[in-house]
Order: sequence, then C-alpha cells, then structure tokens
Amino acid sequence: MNKVENNKAWFLVLPMLLLVAFSAIIPLMTVVNYSVQDILGRSAFFVGSEWFVQTLNDSRLQSALMRQFAFSFTILAIQVPLGIAIALLMPKKGWQASAVLILITLPLLVPWNVVGSMWQIFTRGDIGLMGYGIRQLGYPYNITRNASDAWITIIIMDVWHWTPLIALLCYSGLRAIPEAYYQAAQIDRASKWAVFRYIQLPKLTNVLVIGVLLRFMHSFMIYAEPFVLTGGGPGSSTTFLSQTLATMAIGQQDLGPSAAFSIIYFLIILAVSYVFYVTIMNMQKDKADNISGGA
Amino acid sequence: MQWMVWTLPTAIFFSSIASILAGMTVWQVISPTVERKGFLPIATTRGDRLFIGLLSSAYIHLGVVGFTDLSLWLALGFCVLWMAILMRWG
Amino acid sequence: MSQSTMTNTQAQSASPEKTAEEGLTRAVSRQKGESVGRNRFLLSIYLVFTLLPIYWLINMSLKSNREILSVFSLWPQALTFDSYIKILTDPSWYMGYVNSLTYVAMNMTISILVALPAAYAFSRFKFIGDKHLFFWLLTNLMAPPAVFLLPYFQLYYTVGLFDTHIAVALAHCLFNIPLAVWILEGFMSSVPKEVDETAYIDGYSFPAFFIKIFIPMIRSGIGVTLFFLFMFSWVELLLARTLTATNAQPIGAIMTRTSTASGVDWSTLAAAGVLTIVPGILVVYFVRNHIAKGFALGRT
Repeated sequence: MNKVENNKAWFLVLPMLLLVAFSAIIPLMTVVNYSVQDILGRSAFFVGSEWFVQTLNDSRLQSALMRQFAFSFTILAIQVPLGIAIALLMPKKGWQASAVLILITLPLLVPWNVVGSMWQIFTRGDIGLMGYGIRQLGYPYNITRNASDAWITIIIMDVWHWTPLIALLCYSGLRAIPEAYYQAAQIDRASKWAVFRYIQLPKLTNVLVIGVLLRFMHSFMIYAEPFVLTGGGPGSSTTFLSQTLATMAIGQQDLGPSAAFSIIYFLIILAVSYVFYVTIMNMQKDKADNISGGA
Repeated sequence: MQWMVWTLPTAIFFSSIASILAGMTVWQVISPTVERKGFLPIATTRGDRLFIGLLSSAYIHLGVVGFTDLSLWLALGFCVLWMAILMRWG
Repeated sequence: MSQSTMTNTQAQSASPEKTAEEGLTRAVSRQKGESVGRNRFLLSIYLVFTLLPIYWLINMSLKSNREILSVFSLWPQALTFDSYIKILTDPSWYMGYVNSLTYVAMNMTISILVALPAAYAFSRFKFIGDKHLFFWLLTNLMAPPAVFLLPYFQLYYTVGLFDTHIAVALAHCLFNIPLAVWILEGFMSSVPKEVDETAYIDGYSFPAFFIKIFIPMIRSGIGVTLFFLFMFSWVELLLARTLTATNAQPIGAIMTRTSTASGVDWSTLAAAGVLTIVPGILVVYFVRNHIAKGFALGRT
C-alpha cells in the first residue's frame, strides 16, 4: 500500500508514545544509572565500568546465558515442527473447527504461575498423574533431585504451554491459501509432500517468522513457570536468565551488577530482534513488489 | 528524581543520545534521506545506519571493557570513527 | 515423557503410510477417508496431551486434601466442592480475582484507546522516524520484566501509585500497547485506502470518519486485539505482584498463601488455579472465529 507522507501523523502516535515511554524509558534510564554505581542504602558511588567487567567475566552468568540459549533453541526446534503438524491436522470448518480451536488455545490463557503450579501437581511423584505414572513404569522420576528430569519436564511444560501459539499462527496462514491452489495441485496429481513443500510451506513462512520471533522473545523472559515448578533447581540446572537476574537484584540487593547484566541482556535481545524485524519488513516489501510487479 | 540516582556521565550519555535524535530529525526535515545500498547487506536509510552504528558501538564497548585492558576512550574513539564510516558508506 | 512417546507414535504411524501415499498418487476416496481418520487420531492425541494437566488440576480441586495425600485415584472418590466454596465466600480470596479483573479491564481500555489512532497512523502515513518508532515499540514487547522490577517499584512508589490497580494497568501498557498497535496495524492495512478517500470526499471529518466508518469496519480486529490484551495482562504476574501489596493484590499472589509451613493446601491451590482459567475460556469463546487471524497479527 502506498502511504502518504504526512508528519501530522505524529499527533496520532503521541498519546501512545507518552504512555509507553513512561513505562519503558524512565526505568531503562534508571537501570543504566544503577549499572555504573555502587549503591548501598542511600549512598551511591560512581564505579565506572567495574560492574560490566565483573558480569562479563562471571561464570555463573555465562552459564545462565548458555542454558538460556540451549533452552530457547530446544523449544523452538520442538515447537515449530509440532505446531506446523498440528495446524495441518486441524479441521478446517464446522463446529469441530471452533471446538478444537478453543481447546488448543486453553494453555495460553492460564496465568504463568498457575502453569507452574499445575505442572507441579501433575508431575509430583506422590499425587501427580505424570510423576506417579512414570514411577509405576519403574523409572525413579524426580524433578527435585535429578537435573535431567527437571530439564525435560520444563521443556515438556513449555511445549504444552506455547506450541498452541505456533499452531494457531500456522492455522491462520493455511486458511489464507485459496482453494484453487489445492485444486490445481490435484489436477497435477501432486503428492501430499509436494503440496506441503510448494504450496503450504511458502505461505507459512510469513507467519512462522512472527511465531519464531514471539517464541524466542518469550522464551528469553521465562520466569514464573520454572520458578514455581522447580525453583531453578536442582542446583541451578533450570535457573534461566530472568530468574538469575531477579535473584541478583531483589534477593541479594546487588543492584549494580544486576543492572549491568540487564543491559547486556537487553543488547542481546535488541540485536536478535533487529535481525528478525529487518527480515519481516523485507519479506513484506518483497511481497508488495511482487504484487505491484504482477499487476 | 533522587531515586533515579543520576550521575554526570550517564546524564551526558542520555543527553547526547537525545541531541543526536533531535539533530537527525532536523536533518531529515532539511534534506530527506534516500534509501540506498552500501557495504551493509541491506538497503538502509540514514536512521537505520545510525541505529546499526549505535548498537554495534555498544557491542564494541562491551568487548573492550569485558575482555581487554584497553582504555574506554580508545573504544570511544574507534566507535566514532566506525560511526563515520558507517554513515558515509554503509 | 508423554511428549516423546507422542512424537514417536506420530513418526511411526506417519512414515510407512506416507511412502505408500507417495507411491499411489491417485486420490482414491477410500484412502482419503483413511487419512482423515488418521488425522483425527493424531490430533486427538495432542488434545489429550493438552487437556490432561488441566483435567488433573480439576480432579485435585474436587478432592479433599486428605484424599489427595492418602489415595491415588484418577477421579475424586468423595466429590467435594469445599475448596470452591471457601474461595468464593472468603473476601480475602475472591477479592484477588476482582483485583486482577479490575486492572486487566483498565489496561484493556487504556491500551485500545491509544493504540487505535497510533495503528491508523502507522498503517496509512509515512512520517519521520516511523520505522524506528515501530521497532522501538516492538523492543518493549521483548523487554523482560525481571530487568525492570526495581525501577518500576521505585517509579510507581515515587508517583504515589504503589498498590493501586491503575499502577498495574499502566505497567502492563509496556507490552500491551505495542502488541495492540502491531495487531491493529495488520487489520487496518487490509482495509483498502479508497475507503478513507471516499469518506473524505463525502465530507467526513477525520474523527467522524474514524469513529463512524473505520472502526466498524475493523470490528473483528478490535475484538481479537481486546482478547490478546486480556490474555497478556491476565497471565502476567511478576509486575503485578511487585507493584501491589494488599489493596490491589492479584489472585496469582494470593495463591502463594496455600503453601505454609505445615505443607501445601493442594485442593485450594488447584481450585484457585481452575478459577483463573474460567475467564479466559469465556473471552476466547466470543472471538473464536477471528482468533486465528489475530494470532497472525492480521497479516494473512
């Protein structure tokens, strides 16, 4: 769509800008201020880049960061294919479509701490269906003792919680494919795989980029669910970035180092999302060019 | 404002960011930017190059602070140079 | 565990059939019926996986604590609604739901009111810094609340809003306004620009056009946006808990009361959890036909 050049549009944006800036910029500036000072109660000393040196070389934070990346890539590797598969399986019309849609959306509507509690109840060895069931099969399943049990459980929980997002995105992408495409494929006797590869997947890339972006961001923010389920343990095997930060800032009152680390964290997120953003924008531009070129 | 624990260096930092933004706006009004392709892999406008420059400068600073003993002023000087190259040929 | 077995069965049942299908490219109706059956089967496995933890929560909420801890059973042996009755009659419990719903409603109102004009600006006009502003908005969607907890607390304390509903509503604007702008912009961009031009030729002023013509045209988009605003404000707890003490405490914070030194009150915890899902189900029912498009941010 050709947009009109008009700087008066700023007036339409202004109220939104002020509200978001109030919540975003003032705290961000404060975090930057914290990061260069040693704050003890009411007094603060300027320490320059000391906290940055310390946090960049802190092995605890480095391992939390590594764990975070491992977690984010694992869940993306499971959720994206699974989400696509579910979207392909979902009924396309009728009351079944609505019913399945509502059922699949359910996990997204559960408050994040309740997700943690729900899975805590579900996976406990004494009262939980999953924990009790696995123990009956003979495996001594225990998420408070065994780090790999805790890891796998958190990944299953996240798959349960967030695969619906990818599935619904893909479902809406699939519904936007005109019926004529499928008819043409049927005339050409295209195999199911060919239909998926050359008709459905190209249509999905657009929504998938959004899905991967949203999932990546949210997986970086994960806090309440593992906090309630495992408390970050056993040891620190399931302590992800947000929890590490929250413990530093509130638990130990290490304002300076946690602020310095917040800024590093923020810069990582900023760089990754800029790459995604540029990709999305270029894809939209290509699409627009194709349409105008075709017409 | 007391609780925000302002210091002179951070105040200078934020005011320079603010004045760069203001300056870019004025520049844009006087002579609007044209999107072009430089040595960066994507076509960029002036504002895009500024953003990429600032973000990469932040990373350069972090690298220097965290993993070398070089002076921060050296990093700053290098970043100014890098920004100039990026704005002109990026 | 259930996850891995599920993907295994999926892979096993899919691969031989898939090769068979690739050999037989002719679409025979009998075969089609079989594949529909197989699809239904695989989908229902996933639905069971989705519903099982929720079922277990409901199961727990209908048992007494003694039963929970003494016998393991797949359904309540002695059905009891005591936990629900306790929550719905004790003000210190049910006020948590009222508080949560209050700030969610406030947040939805504020967000949609400021996001509508902003999304219109992004979808129709070019202005200085538009792309960068939009990107900045998106970065707020990604800002992890854990990073900002302390400054938030101090900010709202300083302006005297600590422990009020409006504080939480304003704080949730941080991610909800950008989300609303993003979704609404998608929906608005699919309305042809000729609509605007025709209305202006017909003599509508901008506000009149916007309210009388444009907003009704993107009704479904607004509905879906409201659903998302509800969802993200309702599920967030970290900020809500940090910015409140007693007057505006969200239900999520009150739920922590169930774990005491003498053990966890599983039944009440489960019942409170079940009750937090109910509003979501009511809301999703209203937007069920448009929700898929909303998830794609109006961009399919």
